[in-house]
Amino acid sequence: MPMFIVKRLGQMVLTMVIASFLVFAVMEFSPGNVASKTLGPYASDESKEILFKKLKLDDPLIVRYGRWIGVLFGVIEDPLADPALNLGFHDPRGHHYFGNFGYSTLYKAPVNDILWDRLGNTGILAGIAFIIIVPLSMVFGVLSGMREGSAMDRGLSLTGITLTSIPEFASAVFLMAVFVVVLAWLPGTSPLEATPEWPLASQLVLPVTVLVLYDFGYVARMVRASMVEVMTKDYIRTAVLKGLPYRTVILRHALRNAMITPFTVILLQINWLITGVVVTEVIFAYPGFGRMLLEAALFGDITTVEAATLVALFVAVITRLIGDIGYMYLNPRIRLT
Amino acid sequence: MTSNGTDYDGPVLDCRDLSISYFTRAGEIPAVVDFNLTLHQGESVGLVGESGCGKSTVALGIMRYLGGNGGIVGGQVLYKGRDMAEMSKEEICQLRGNEIAMVYQEPMASLNPSMTLGKQLMEVPLCHEQVSKKEAYDRAHKILGDVKIPDPERVMTAYPHQVSGGQQQRVVIAMALLSNPSLLLLDEPTTALDVTIEAGIIELIAELSGKFNTSMIYISHNLGLILATCDRVNVMYSGVVVEQGTVGEVFDHMRHPYTKGLFNAIPLPGADKTEHPLVPIRGQLPLPQERPPGCYFGPRCDFFQEGRCDQTTTHGTIEMFSVEGEAGHEVRCLRWDDIDWEAYVPEGLTGEPLERGKEVLAVKNMRKHYELHDNSIAAMIKGKRVRYVKANESISFKAHECETVAIVGESGCGKSTFAKVLMGLETATGGEVIFNGQDIANLPVQKRSPEQVRSMQMVFQNPFDTLNPSHSVGAQLARVIRKFGVESDTHKVEQRVMELLDLVKLPRDFARRRPRQLSGGQKQRVGIARAFAGNPAMVVADEPVSALDVSVQAAITGLLMDIQRTYRTTLLFISHDLSLVRYLADRVVVMYLGSIMEQGTTDEVFAPPYHPYTEALLSAVPIADTSIEKKRIVLKGDLPSVMNPPKGCPFNTRCPRHHGTICETERPPDVEASPGHLIACHIPMEELQKMEPVIVQVKKDQPAAG
Amino acid sequence: MVDQATTKSSPDAAASPGRLGRGAGLWRVLRAIGLLRESPVAIVGSGLVLFWVVVAILAPWLSPYGPNAIDFTALADPTPSAVHWLGTDHLGRDMVSRLAWGARTVLTVAPIAVLTAYLIGCTMGMVAGYLGGWVDDLISFISDIILSFPVLILYIILISTLGPSALNIIVAVTFVSAPGIGRIARALVFDLRTREYVDAAKTRGERPLYIMLVEILPNARGPLIVDACLRMGYTTITIGVLGFLGLGLPPPDPDWGGMVKDTTAMMVVWPHMSLFPCIAISSLVIGFNLLADGLREISMRD
Repeated sequence: MPMFIVKRLGQMVLTMVIASFLVFAVMEFSPGNVASKTLGPYASDESKEILFKKLKLDDPLIVRYGRWIGVLFGVIEDPLADPALNLGFHDPRGHHYFGNFGYSTLYKAPVNDILWDRLGNTGILAGIAFIIIVPLSMVFGVLSGMREGSAMDRGLSLTGITLTSIPEFASAVFLMAVFVVVLAWLPGTSPLEATPEWPLASQLVLPVTVLVLYDFGYVARMVRASMVEVMTKDYIRTAVLKGLPYRTVILRHALRNAMITPFTVILLQINWLITGVVVTEVIFAYPGFGRMLLEAALFGDITTVEAATLVALFVAVITRLIGDIGYMYLNPRIRLT
Repeated sequence: MTSNGTDYDGPVLDCRDLSISYFTRAGEIPAVVDFNLTLHQGESVGLVGESGCGKSTVALGIMRYLGGNGGIVGGQVLYKGRDMAEMSKEEICQLRGNEIAMVYQEPMASLNPSMTLGKQLMEVPLCHEQVSKKEAYDRAHKILGDVKIPDPERVMTAYPHQVSGGQQQRVVIAMALLSNPSLLLLDEPTTALDVTIEAGIIELIAELSGKFNTSMIYISHNLGLILATCDRVNVMYSGVVVEQGTVGEVFDHMRHPYTKGLFNAIPLPGADKTEHPLVPIRGQLPLPQERPPGCYFGPRCDFFQEGRCDQTTTHGTIEMFSVEGEAGHEVRCLRWDDIDWEAYVPEGLTGEPLERGKEVLAVKNMRKHYELHDNSIAAMIKGKRVRYVKANESISFKAHECETVAIVGESGCGKSTFAKVLMGLETATGGEVIFNGQDIANLPVQKRSPEQVRSMQMVFQNPFDTLNPSHSVGAQLARVIRKFGVESDTHKVEQRVMELLDLVKLPRDFARRRPRQLSGGQKQRVGIARAFAGNPAMVVADEPVSALDVSVQAAITGLLMDIQRTYRTTLLFISHDLSLVRYLADRVVVMYLGSIMEQGTTDEVFAPPYHPYTEALLSAVPIADTSIEKKRIVLKGDLPSVMNPPKGCPFNTRCPRHHGTICETERPPDVEASPGHLIACHIPMEELQKMEPVIVQVKKDQPAAG
Repeated sequence: MVDQATTKSSPDAAASPGRLGRGAGLWRVLRAIGLLRESPVAIVGSGLVLFWVVVAILAPWLSPYGPNAIDFTALADPTPSAVHWLGTDHLGRDMVSRLAWGARTVLTVAPIAVLTAYLIGCTMGMVAGYLGGWVDDLISFISDIILSFPVLILYIILISTLGPSALNIIVAVTFVSAPGIGRIARALVFDLRTREYVDAAKTRGERPLYIMLVEILPNARGPLIVDACLRMGYTTITIGVLGFLGLGLPPPDPDWGGMVKDTTAMMVVWPHMSLFPCIAISSLVIGFNLLADGLREISMRD
């Protein structure tokens, strides 16, 4: 077991290195682009020239990537912090520290100042959504998968398909039309600043609902498919013909086996919720991680995009690792061979 | 115990005109019609028939577990005199697993993979008798001892995948016996197991039913197993019982032409491919919705009388007639009394014995070791990613033109690996395989010349897998003809396809059909046609009939031998079925865990001196002949894993004639019992020569096969 | 001996005489369409998809105005009227026309994107699954890396760097979905390559390419078609989302996601401007997903 975790950790690091290099390569492929994006559209050629030299942008990509990693690990100082560049960047944490993501040109501040707050906000949104999605989809999935082809199964399946088919922005528009425009029960934006009219909790209702609606049908269908398959297995027949009551058959024999396959899918939702909430955040003006990433990407804030992607990748590989370990725990065939 | 203790002394189970149907989109499909069975305490009844005859449905119907689309449409099932239809859901639940228990075909599939075996066992007393956990544990532990599991503690905490197939089935049987049921339903309980493991399970079942005085219904397609386990037998065909009676009556004086047909189709020791060939039953089992009027067996029956056997009665089909003088022997045949069985000599495919020709194949010291790269998570945990599997170890034998050489052995013996090396799907690790004078041991199929490829072809095992479902039969045959360069002109190719279909006795319009429109036997015929497309010198047949029903088996083996006779082909017949091998092979090679244990002519191998493994195998094979008496040798333990074979003689861990420590340290040499008859054993030849035959014909009756 | 097993013809052959004979190819296509009848879900799904396909094809004739033509008179009251059945957007452009032309965009881009993704993904998956060994390891490793990215982030990075255009959307969709398709194809090939008919092909000396294309691919088509249908729906959502995030087609050309993005600010006053494109995209995706579900159900029955 420890051997396995060590190996998976190694794989994780390798994946992150290669993936972040790919992002770095895409973002910083043309050095001229980097200089002009960092300085903004109104910078003079002269200052671009200075920055170009300072950042040694004519070095090969892999060398520049190495420098970026160096800054991140606190080995090298971020060249952008040089006062000679006159960018006015200052990081109270100092110049050499582990986890130095550099400076955001969009927010004119160290990325660390922005990133974690935004991630926290998204965490709240995603956490609430996850807590609702998982039990809801499990109950629906198990109920419809228990008796394949029953009226309930068909109804739930159809609902699931329909809900997953509606893009988040569309369901947001539909919900806003009803609850904001017609009924005026809820606020149309969620800036996470309490107003006398709309307390914080009310601002979370619509974004969470949109996330739940879009995702729960998908997870429920996974659980259903797995449940349907398990119910056709011979060991379910064995359990029934042992004389166990139907409830016991479902709870003790079907459920655990039916959870093995969807378990990974459920965990992947954490990953999706942290990063896939861009649309919801944009439509409700929610100050989250996804919206930050989009704004940075549209603005050309390379540093922030790279930092955000690295964090997102980290969340992704970690959930995968947890997924693998959990899968092993659930499935004795893999755990004990 | 529970309610078992009441002083009811009538039949345990009474099925009266039980009819079961499935309801599909195509309408109602009657699976079982008018099934009658009275079962007394301690009695065991066999249900025998080919696939699709409804025998498993009967068991599930008694259990009242027919899924969402099945239901009992007529008749009654009385359990200890009470109509089960009138019982509440709770009462049925109380009956299941407590009074009526069931053992299933696939032990691995019928156990919950994510629950320990102990918990699954303990559930039964916990659910039915509300005992304490402690007592449930003790009872489960004790019953594991009763089913002769050597280490109950380990098995109690093990998950199903951690014990062998034979042990899994013992656990399932233990689970069924835990609450001391009055009725035990066994649905093909040994079909998924190897024959030596099967012998152990059969012995166990026979012993336990005596000990617990349980009534049994034993469902099987294998007449030999029914003989070994049952007092009475019901022969089923197309949803109805066609004949019932005591095992002696039905096996020795069968009255129904279908029963007779079954016995004529199975290779009994009296059968011989040249003098007493097997006789297949012609035609096919009708679909339930397309059963003929009158006698369901009519269209396939040699005694069919128009205007009599095809008349519909008020019952739908023919009724049962009692055989005079034999109480309880009933038969569903209008002509049961006027068929003269003495004069009945069914047409078999006889022929002259074949003279073997020149040497075609010589295998010398062939070895095949696999290096297994295990990339599973489990292997990563243990850090053990490369393992060696010795699939074949020093294989040597020869095959001649026009000869049938059988390689026989249980699962994991390496017979299929050997076929792969021959075909060039794998290459040998060492040794030589001389085919037509050229060494092909290290020649993968891509590097073989078209001539070499063409002259060695294969017939595969699984009829549902052997043809590509996406292409028509004709297209698949045509591809082979072109590929082998037999013909290239479109018209001539088509002509040749027709000839091949004629060769395997399929109608020519089958060329345009897709595989799913063909029955299993028909697909296997196409597979044979494909192998013979390039007129090969040698055909490797890997279990070509093991997935088919006995009556079809006879037809396919007959066809193979017929073609062999025409083309003087060498046939390498790979099989686990000793009866079949005895029937059709000229030479036999017995393999165990990758090594050859014994080889010689069929007569030599099937008579003393035996290798101890051959002796045990012969004893394990169930034979459906009441006049045969067998020496009983039940091997202890399980087949060792190929991954981790025993040192020395591979058979030493289970050998009943263990000869001392030499067996555990040294590989036995091949000792010649007579020229060409080789036995790999440490036991001195003089001692082996003293062995007695395993199979003895005790009473001289007319041979069971016609 | 008489022909034993075949004196009686196979029972199901009698039930389907139409399967025999020449022109079987055309017949099979018709039969496949006919099969849809068996699933009400598939009928509704294909109906929705078909509706938008017709609209997209007939866009130039269906739309009363040009997609970018501005009707200044409508600016005062852009709500639905006799002149503009579904009203106009905030710039006075006719909604019916923009929706019809938007259908054209999405139904051109999505199929091309899915098709290219399939060509690349299937090739990757089949090669990996059939050859195994280091080829498989390499392809799987590359796929794993792409798959470890959160999808939307990958889209945002790719499109914001490449620039928003139909071609770049196709490139991005291919890049992002090919590994997933490859995984499915690999799993299918892994299963199918152990079939005996594949062994039979090998033992008669067929080359790997032939085996992959003729022996394996046709038998993998069922699950692949269902997946392709699901992916069409998913890609439609992706195109909508990219449009909504400002990474879709450059303005002023109509695309449904972009139409929503431009008008959500006016939700409170003129909800119709956002609602209609949302209904359009949802109905198309529901169509694809229902069709996929129906197809899956039908293929399982066989």
